[in-house]
Amino acid sequence: MIHIALNKKLMAANGPMILDIDIDIVPGSFTTLYGPSGAGKTSILRMISGLLSVDEGHIIMCNNVWLNTKKGICLKPQQRKIGFVFQDYTLFPNMTVKENLIYALEKGQDTQIVKELIDTIELAELQDRRPDKLSGGQKQRVALARALVRKPEILLLDEPLSALDQSMRIKLQDYILSVHKKYKLTTILISHEISEVIKMSDNVIQLDKGRIHKQGKPLDIFTTKQVSGKFQFSGEVIDIKQEEVIYVVTVLIGTNFVKIIAEENEIKTINIGDTIIVASKAFNPLLQKI
Amino acid sequence: MIDWQPLLLTFKLALVTTLWLLIIAVPLSYWLAYTKSRLKPILETLVSMPLVLPPTVLGFYLLVAFSPASALGGWLHDTLGIQLIFSFKGLVFASVLYSLPFMVHPIQAGFTNLNPTLIEASYVLGKSKIKTLFKVVLPNIKPSLLTGIILAFAHTIGEFGVVLMIGGNMPGKTKVASIAIYDEVEALNYNAANWYSIILFAITFGILLVVYLVNGGYLKRFWK
Repeated sequence: MIHIALNKKLMAANGPMILDIDIDIVPGSFTTLYGPSGAGKTSILRMISGLLSVDEGHIIMCNNVWLNTKKGICLKPQQRKIGFVFQDYTLFPNMTVKENLIYALEKGQDTQIVKELIDTIELAELQDRRPDKLSGGQKQRVALARALVRKPEILLLDEPLSALDQSMRIKLQDYILSVHKKYKLTTILISHEISEVIKMSDNVIQLDKGRIHKQGKPLDIFTTKQVSGKFQFSGEVIDIKQEEVIYVVTVLIGTNFVKIIAEENEIKTINIGDTIIVASKAFNPLLQKI
Repeated sequence: MIDWQPLLLTFKLALVTTLWLLIIAVPLSYWLAYTKSRLKPILETLVSMPLVLPPTVLGFYLLVAFSPASALGGWLHDTLGIQLIFSFKGLVFASVLYSLPFMVHPIQAGFTNLNPTLIEASYVLGKSKIKTLFKVVLPNIKPSLLTGIILAFAHTIGEFGVVLMIGGNMPGKTKVASIAIYDEVEALNYNAANWYSIILFAITFGILLVVYLVNGGYLKRFWK
């Protein structure tokens, strides 16, 4: 079991905030940290990796103690076996793709892993290029491969996909899932996208203002108990128009616009810009392959 | 024609000074760029002093400090057998102090402008601070290093006041080109003074041109 308890006073954008969390993670599982900006998600990853100091707490990685403030134990980032993928790629500009991976090797480590990762993450064509000749998605694939070279005990992904477009995102999600399974990694991902969270994670930790708001399986977190909907999406209200006795509400769900008919009492509490749930109960959706 | 010895001595001095400066300035700039110490402003001021101080002031104090009659100079002479005034070693020492800001400022700026997550990325890959410095940080601030090296070199070539104060005018030992020019003019030997001057002018022009060409991106392909 991996046990992480962290407490630290942080200076957030709107004043000081106490980050106080206590989580257990099953080795080999995929956990997502979800929550608004400034909730402390990145700080948590930085504390796990040792890049940010902790006021009080402990990190127990199976049988190894990485941090125990009571006993004065605090391993340096170099001594913790982590793979960290940063939001802004952070490939070393002075090295080619392959050199970036080779740099990550530990002393005496078999170089076979570099070859294997180049194959798994399909970097063969890019391996002799410098980072400035790569697209965002390619850079992030290299960063992912580089983080795996040391065979980390825990893989930390700090919003690695947020700068990518939709199709590239989906491709990278698949790469992440495949290496997560292949190398039996314990992974913590930060994500803002509900669809991504549901697709990727075994477990979601929803954070708000430095505290755990909700924790559980993704579907349990994102579906509210009040609606027993068979079918539901969340989206943003773009427009509300009155047509004779009914209202037409235009909702942006993902990248699609949907027009939904509503009655006056339904739209009373809804304004343009609100995030709403579109759900249907007795409904038999058609499935068609495209 | 002219005596080449002062010119050779000038370049020897500039080369040795630049090497010493590189050894001193890299750790010093690294410390200045990343420290949170309260001593930082004081050290930054000290490093920058030679920019505004008349070279003769620096030269004068070095002369006083290192004269065998003073405590420090006497100790250096008696214990280590080093005499810094009127010697090449003294010139190097004074030049290192005098050109320090020209080396430290560009390198410090290079460290400060480098994306700090690059360093963190190296740490989380298990690499030590030293390995990160040599494999990640320094290779990525090459233009700043080049600027520092060349400015320090060129500035040392142009020294006069400090060198005259601490080194004097001893042929083959401390008589550098800038002093030789002064000497020749004093002796109304304008032709020789002109030769020294034109050579210094051409070389310093060439050196500075290289800096602007490289850092302006004109020669970027050679540095990739």
